[in-house]
Amino acid sequence: MELLLKIIAALLFGMMLFLLWPVYRHWQEHGPKAQKGDWPAVILPLGAVVLFVALLVLAVR
Amino acid sequence: MANPGLSFVKTTDSVIATNKVLKNTYLLLSATLGFSALTAMLSIVLAVPSWVYLASVIASMVLGIFVLPRTANSSAGIGVIFLITGLLGFGLGAILTLYLALPHGAQTVGLAFGGTAAIFLGLSGYALTSRRDFSFIGGFIFAGMMVVMLAIIANLFLQMPALSLAIASVIILLMSGFILFDTSRIARGEETNYILATYGLYLSIFNIFISLLQILGIMGSDD
Repeated sequence: MELLLKIIAALLFGMMLFLLWPVYRHWQEHGPKAQKGDWPAVILPLGAVVLFVALLVLAVR
Repeated sequence: MANPGLSFVKTTDSVIATNKVLKNTYLLLSATLGFSALTAMLSIVLAVPSWVYLASVIASMVLGIFVLPRTANSSAGIGVIFLITGLLGFGLGAILTLYLALPHGAQTVGLAFGGTAAIFLGLSGYALTSRRDFSFIGGFIFAGMMVVMLAIIANLFLQMPALSLAIASVIILLMSGFILFDTSRIARGEETNYILATYGLYLSIFNIFISLLQILGIMGSDD
């Protein structure tokens, strides 16, 4: 049962890859390009998420 | 000659429409999260086996790929999104049953729940208050998703704890990126369908919770 479910899940994830490819191409080609200061505005909150997860890990150890 | 009055009316209309999508999205998100919690509790009470999780993920993926895009512009879309989130909640219950049976399991589940809420509220608040356009990360996060999909397919059969940990860590970062991306698109009026907007945010929250649960479970275990 579990092996069958894993095979079906793998096929679905494989199909998702094919569906994601044109979406990726669209955003890569037609999406807006980053302006000055845009990347730090993303890296800052993502860095905060990493630090927060590290704190949660310390809390369970 | 341009009419500044007409431009003001158009701008006001678009702001009202955007706020309506934002309000409807958060209302539907709250309702679907609450419904998931109910179905998760039902699944815990019924003590369903762990394979139910994979079965519910498969069923919800099929609905999300084939049914939701066709019904998202009608009222049937609301029913479909409740079906998807209810199924995911029911599957989540099977995983929670396993974690709750572990020593400190309740603490791990509580931390993962609180952590997910803090990450979502923090990132959404940041995206809404900064009013920045985060669309430029679209290509980056979709590329990341494709790499993660390949790793997930491999780990379905390899079952390597180190790879699971790496996948969970990357998923948290990617889903955090998706929260910024989706929230800024809704706030800027680029996403006009609140059902699809809710689906995107719900999946980010669900994936962060599952990944956080996995990380805290692995790192908190004694062996």
